[in-house]
Amino acid sequence: METFDPTELPELLKLYYRRLFPYSQYYRWLNYGGVIKNYFQHREFSFTLKDDIYIRYQSFNNQSDLEKEMQKMNPYKIDIGAVYSHRPNQHNTVKLGAFQAQEKELVFDIDMTDYDDVRRCCSSADICPKCWTLMTMAIRIIDRALKEDFGFKHRLWVYSGRRGVHCWVCDESVRKLSSAVRSGIVEYLSLVKGGQDVKKKVHLSEKIHPFIRKSINIIKKYFEEYALVNQDILENKESWDKILALVPETIHDELQQSFQKSHNSLQRWEHLKKVASRYQNNIKNDKYGPWLEWEIMLQYCFPRLDINVSKGINHLLKSPFSVHPKTGRISVPIDLQKVDQFDPFTVPTISFICRELDAISTNEEEKEENEAESDVKHRTRDYKKTSLAPYVKVFEHFLENLDKSRKGELLKKSGKTLCLSLLSS
Amino acid sequence: MEFSGRKWRKLRLAGDQRNASYPHCLQFYLQPPSENISLIEFENLAIDRVKLLKSVENLGVSYVKGTEQYQSKLESELRKLKFSYRENLEDEYEPRRRDHISHFILRLAYCQSEELRRWFIQQEMDLLRFRFSILPKDKIQDFLKDSQLQFEAISDEEKTLREQEIVASSPSLSGLKLGFESIYKIPFADALDLFRGRKVYLEDGFAYVPLKDIVAIILNEFRAKLSKALALTARSLPAVQSDERLQPLLNHLSHSYTGQDYSTQGNVGKISLDQIDLLSTKSFPPCMRQLHKALRENHHLRHGGRMQYGLFLKGIGLTLEQALQFWKQEFIKGKMDPDKFDKGYSYNIRHSFGKEGKRTDYTPFSCLKIILSNPPSQGDYHGCPFRHSDPELLKQKLQSYKISPGGISQVDDCGFSLNHPNQFFCESQRILNGGKDIKKEPIQPETPQPKPSVQKTKDASSALASLNSSLEMDMEGLEDYFSEDS
Repeated sequence: METFDPTELPELLKLYYRRLFPYSQYYRWLNYGGVIKNYFQHREFSFTLKDDIYIRYQSFNNQSDLEKEMQKMNPYKIDIGAVYSHRPNQHNTVKLGAFQAQEKELVFDIDMTDYDDVRRCCSSADICPKCWTLMTMAIRIIDRALKEDFGFKHRLWVYSGRRGVHCWVCDESVRKLSSAVRSGIVEYLSLVKGGQDVKKKVHLSEKIHPFIRKSINIIKKYFEEYALVNQDILENKESWDKILALVPETIHDELQQSFQKSHNSLQRWEHLKKVASRYQNNIKNDKYGPWLEWEIMLQYCFPRLDINVSKGINHLLKSPFSVHPKTGRISVPIDLQKVDQFDPFTVPTISFICRELDAISTNEEEKEENEAESDVKHRTRDYKKTSLAPYVKVFEHFLENLDKSRKGELLKKSGKTLCLSLLSS
Repeated sequence: MEFSGRKWRKLRLAGDQRNASYPHCLQFYLQPPSENISLIEFENLAIDRVKLLKSVENLGVSYVKGTEQYQSKLESELRKLKFSYRENLEDEYEPRRRDHISHFILRLAYCQSEELRRWFIQQEMDLLRFRFSILPKDKIQDFLKDSQLQFEAISDEEKTLREQEIVASSPSLSGLKLGFESIYKIPFADALDLFRGRKVYLEDGFAYVPLKDIVAIILNEFRAKLSKALALTARSLPAVQSDERLQPLLNHLSHSYTGQDYSTQGNVGKISLDQIDLLSTKSFPPCMRQLHKALRENHHLRHGGRMQYGLFLKGIGLTLEQALQFWKQEFIKGKMDPDKFDKGYSYNIRHSFGKEGKRTDYTPFSCLKIILSNPPSQGDYHGCPFRHSDPELLKQKLQSYKISPGGISQVDDCGFSLNHPNQFFCESQRILNGGKDIKKEPIQPETPQPKPSVQKTKDASSALASLNSSLEMDMEGLEDYFSEDS
């Protein structure tokens, strides 16, 4: 699975876009039931072609138009933008100022690079099983808040293909949210503040908001294995000094001593908890609030969001089922029911599924008579025979929920009109 | 008068419906008025409301909003101008009606530019905040309901279910129990300022907001609605402006400083030049006294100082000839060449008297204008000492003016609202010459109102913006002629 050669991309993409990309599901998503006229036609896509050629304001008339263009241009990367007031590919013909972004899904981008100050195993674009738990925790925490606090129902989580995850919130009302409200949502979800020059990035006040409490409860489930075993954050003086920087100086000596005497991070953490809670009960200190233990856990585990991705209505984000040009991995949807088991290293690469397809096709070709006819049948079944299948299934489940909601809304509306017409008759 | 356009419906207001039409002392101005009024009343209502809003602005600059002094002064302004403010008063129909109509008239005047809109919205918001703050608790729910705000208080059962969460979320709630606190359930997007800072409990897309926090939300709603309404008004403005009766008034309203501008002289020629030194210590406000002293000592003043002081002198009655003589005499003492003065400076003095160029007769600066524009820098003597100087230095200066220590530390109410240096001069002269208004400490000039520690709030910058736009026409062209500066 691991061998992916970027130079093969042009050939692989050709096959991928001809036989594997799930066009009908993709169209079903972005068309949103066709309830609003021209919703799909006014959607902006951007393509990154070979040699880093970037073209914006692509738009398409329907599914077949989309397919043809993608097969013709063979994009290395596909981004999805906003739904505009006019067809994006005609934006130059529109009167100045009249071409406006109107709606878009609320999106989040969580990138492992933003955690470099708290993960010891990797840095920059690298990821490994030891630090992937950060993404697991992020998904759990953010998704819970989006669902339970904000009441958002249609949330699609997608693996970015390399070092992070994206979330697409697709509720009808959410797509209409203003930039200000989007920013507000990100603010609500943010706890870790400060750049390189800030040592202590999380400060909790006397009152703990339910969002914070519930997030801490989620982190607690993972903390021991992730932080104390895998990351081993209290392994040696160099690493535990970083944690001491987050607690008042008055308890440093005591902690240093007990750390020296302990044998592993688990023991040291127990000491820290005891000392910290004793400290909190004794002194009322303004600089370090009453929740030292939690503040450390949050700094090491709480999600870090990029506000710029979420706040702009016209922001372009990598499309699901796009290919990552460096890793070859497909940006696949993540099954929320199995988020703990999700392993980015088992996500199929484009070369892998193309090879799978080749293997199957050679077997089947002998059975087929009419190439043209079977071509269509092929396309609708092809991905099913590859490792892409389970991910498309997750996507379809997401689409079914969207459909159900839409039908529910229509029923409600027609029910209303039925009542009204009964009343007035 | 009648207005065409769908905004103005025609209804006849029956006598006994009077109280029903204005059930509250405050409102969101959702419905435009629908009666006929005379042009005179139209004008008067408009002017009164501009006065009110300017007071709101002034008070907001001079006092911290919400403090007792602010509240009581604002209330007395409202009472004086006969606008509504308090529930449970008798005979409230007329003040409420005035409030309603005048607001809508001002929309016509203030929708015309971004700056005017911002200013109008800011003052109206401050006014609404004040009125809401004195609304009795039992009236609040009624008011919200009548204003069609979707704010519903949740039942006691619902409260108990979420008590812990709500208390843990809202900084405005202390203690561990909710007690009789009303909690309102509103869509989360309507509580942006609360939820973004995690200051409210969110559940399933709703924010559970205690009454104390509802105010901020209401104000935001109000701002949003008014902003939209002003944009709409601007679009239908051409139709309104084509009415000749309204056009001059509407144009004038948004540019007016509604106090006396001290430009029309009843006292022209009554001052002689040799009186000025004495007058400066007796009846000049500190800002002008300072400028005069600097002029005498340095035989020169920079541009800002010449502007502020020169127009003030005009306002107290100096004629053009006197002014020319006054400035020339002083500048020559500073070894300036008389010809240079004639060339560089006398033209400008004549210009400020309206005798050159555009021939605008420039008016003396009001306090607000002095405070908010053109702050003095090194080598300047203009500005407002209460705003622009160090409190310690100010104290010393006042001591040197021989004002009693009690007078210095107390910034007392001198009984009238001071907002113009020439007003200070007039009142002072009146007192000294045995006028009818004998105030508390009649001998020395009172320390006028603006406190030493006038807050520099962001209101100042919005006030400045509106001030600049409204007073631009006074200053236009004047700058060009003052090429000399040193």
